Amino acid sequence: MIEIINLRKSFQGQEVLKGVNLRISQGELIAIIGESGGGKSVLLKHLIGLLRPDQGNVIVDGEDITDLGRRELDRIREKFGVVFQGGALFDSFTIYDNIAFPLREKTKLPEDEIHRKVEEALEDVGLLGVEQKYPSELSGGMRKRVALARALITEPKVVLFDEPTTGLDPIKLHAIHKLIVDTHRKYGFTGVMISHDIPEIYEVVDRIAFLFEGVIEVVGTPEEIMHSDDRIVRQFITGSLKGPIKTVHSI
Amino acid sequence: MLIFLINSFYYTFAPPFKFRILLREIRFIGTKSMAVIILMGSFTGMVLALQGFHMLRKVGSEALLGPAVALPLIRELGPVLSALTITGRAGSALTAEIGIMRITEQIDALTAMALNPMRYLIVPKMVAALIVFPLLTALYDLVGIYGGYFVGVKLLGLSAGTYFSQMEHFVDMEDIRIGIYKSLTFGILVLWACCYKGFYTGYGAEGVSKATTEAVVMSLVLILISDYFLGTLFI
Repeated sequence: MIEIINLRKSFQGQEVLKGVNLRISQGELIAIIGESGGGKSVLLKHLIGLLRPDQGNVIVDGEDITDLGRRELDRIREKFGVVFQGGALFDSFTIYDNIAFPLREKTKLPEDEIHRKVEEALEDVGLLGVEQKYPSELSGGMRKRVALARALITEPKVVLFDEPTTGLDPIKLHAIHKLIVDTHRKYGFTGVMISHDIPEIYEVVDRIAFLFEGVIEVVGTPEEIMHSDDRIVRQFITGSLKGPIKTVHSI
Repeated sequence: MLIFLINSFYYTFAPPFKFRILLREIRFIGTKSMAVIILMGSFTGMVLALQGFHMLRKVGSEALLGPAVALPLIRELGPVLSALTITGRAGSALTAEIGIMRITEQIDALTAMALNPMRYLIVPKMVAALIVFPLLTALYDLVGIYGGYFVGVKLLGLSAGTYFSQMEHFVDMEDIRIGIYKSLTFGILVLWACCYKGFYTGYGAEGVSKATTEAVVMSLVLILISDYFLGTLFI
């Protein structure tokens, strides 16, 4: 479904991705974990062409998107839904208009059909009744659920989640995770999720990829990651200050 | 920056057109600027009439007060001051709005939906500016002329007939055309600077604040420089 081959990206002379290789199968839910500021969001943005790599390739459904023009890239992007870190809901739109927006702009569906789909999406994320509110009137957790509803409304083949639970309390965190699992089961999309939620993420995804110093250090099932012998992985998942990963104390 | 302008012109004429967003932008840039334009315009006309009357009286030409108010208003002050006013009221807000959309990933969200942010964010604002700038300039001129009328006729005792007949005699269609050309040019320049700075804003609140300041300063400089060159062209 998605293949990342030797992906490299630098910003102002600092190399963030140093040759990332990863293959994501159709229908699987994979989490990318790693240090804060380690390039996870940068990697995610390459999957839909929001960033162009310095080197390497991103293959989506057998098509190399690296050098595609805007129109061709838009065709690929139509396969994707994205849940951004802060939700990225449009401030000036109501919740209803936010969710209806992709349908209004990308399809010719009649307004009553759009209405039905928006209501269904809001029901999926447990937010019926907030249609006429604005994003600023909702809590962080609610905004993330709306963002998920908006990402799923066009029934994309792939959904990218950029830290969908950051800043949420443990209960809301579990609620969002359950929502992702439920919608994944219902719609069968391929999901790529950036997360820091260890150990909660073990219950959510099929596989975990650990990004460290610009490369994928380890990929495996949650079970394999949990029992990994890799010192770097062990230090990261246990949150230990001692080990090969530089921390404030070891710098 | 030039590519940004060329792109926005290209998408202005490439369907689909976003009329609903355009109406919203006209309301924001235009309708909401009317009060301040009326206030500024009327006082500009009043000051022109007050100064002009005393100066003209020294040479015994008070009768020319009408054109002395109307000509500088229509050819220079109307387009320039209304553009400066719109920059302060709407331009800075547009930069901040686009900048916040950038740092909160709303622009990325549009791109990720395979929708062109240029078409949704920039083009409606540009087109709205092309419609609104000449209209607000005309309003500025109109209330300025009546501000001058109030001071010249009602306060200083000039006859209304003299004020308007001399104005009619000296002001040509050409003067009005120059004012319109200038306001259209300023509209494009202001929106170009404000949209560009917002679209490519830096990180965080500091980035947006810096972009807003730069957009306003750049707009003011562009208005005054281009006014000089347009002036030399039309003189």
